[in-house]
Amino acid sequence: MARSTAWKRYNWRVVWLSLIYAAFLIAAVYGFKHAMIPAAFKYLVAVLPALPIIGIFGAMGRYLVEEQDEYVRMLMVRQTLWASAITLSLATIWGFLESFELVSHIDAYYVSVVWFGGLGLGACINRVMLGSPAAC
Amino acid sequence: MDNRLRLLRAERGWSQQDLAERLEVSRQSVNAIETGKYDPSLPLAFRIAELFDRPIEDIFVSPSRHSSKAI
Repeated sequence: MARSTAWKRYNWRVVWLSLIYAAFLIAAVYGFKHAMIPAAFKYLVAVLPALPIIGIFGAMGRYLVEEQDEYVRMLMVRQTLWASAITLSLATIWGFLESFELVSHIDAYYVSVVWFGGLGLGACINRVMLGSPAAC
Repeated sequence: MDNRLRLLRAERGWSQQDLAERLEVSRQSVNAIETGKYDPSLPLAFRIAELFDRPIEDIFVSPSRHSSKAI
């Protein structure tokens, strides 16, 4: 399937943001591990790896604005809705399980990981429900 | 929504890809519209109608008329 210009732009943005994420994460982990971060900058450095991830959410929004093919855009909107529904449901379930001390604590940033996984699952659901040839 | 897109396309000897290029959409969009899995927006429906030089209602079957006939 030929990919649109908007999709190619989205992929480039995600690749760059992923590289920036890796660089920020390595730098933050190294800095904290070797106690190199001054107290005044600890919050800033800790937040640095989150910024490119937020950027990827922004890139997704930008893609939805730039995509000219309304059917393909609708497929992606469905994927993001499925991803959000799955992530929020799992986070809510896990929150209650954790409150009643039935499961161990999970760092909140895993919500993003589950959401990206939910996008893949959303593509599969699109394929089953609409027969769309999106990668699944 | 039922439509006559496949028939009109076949009359002109166009493939789904040919039609997709003329409409500036993906082939999967054409396929989804032809099979009734996706209802195009009004602007896209107008583009389709103008491409085939026919009124929209010649191409797309009104869901309300379709259901009233069924009754």
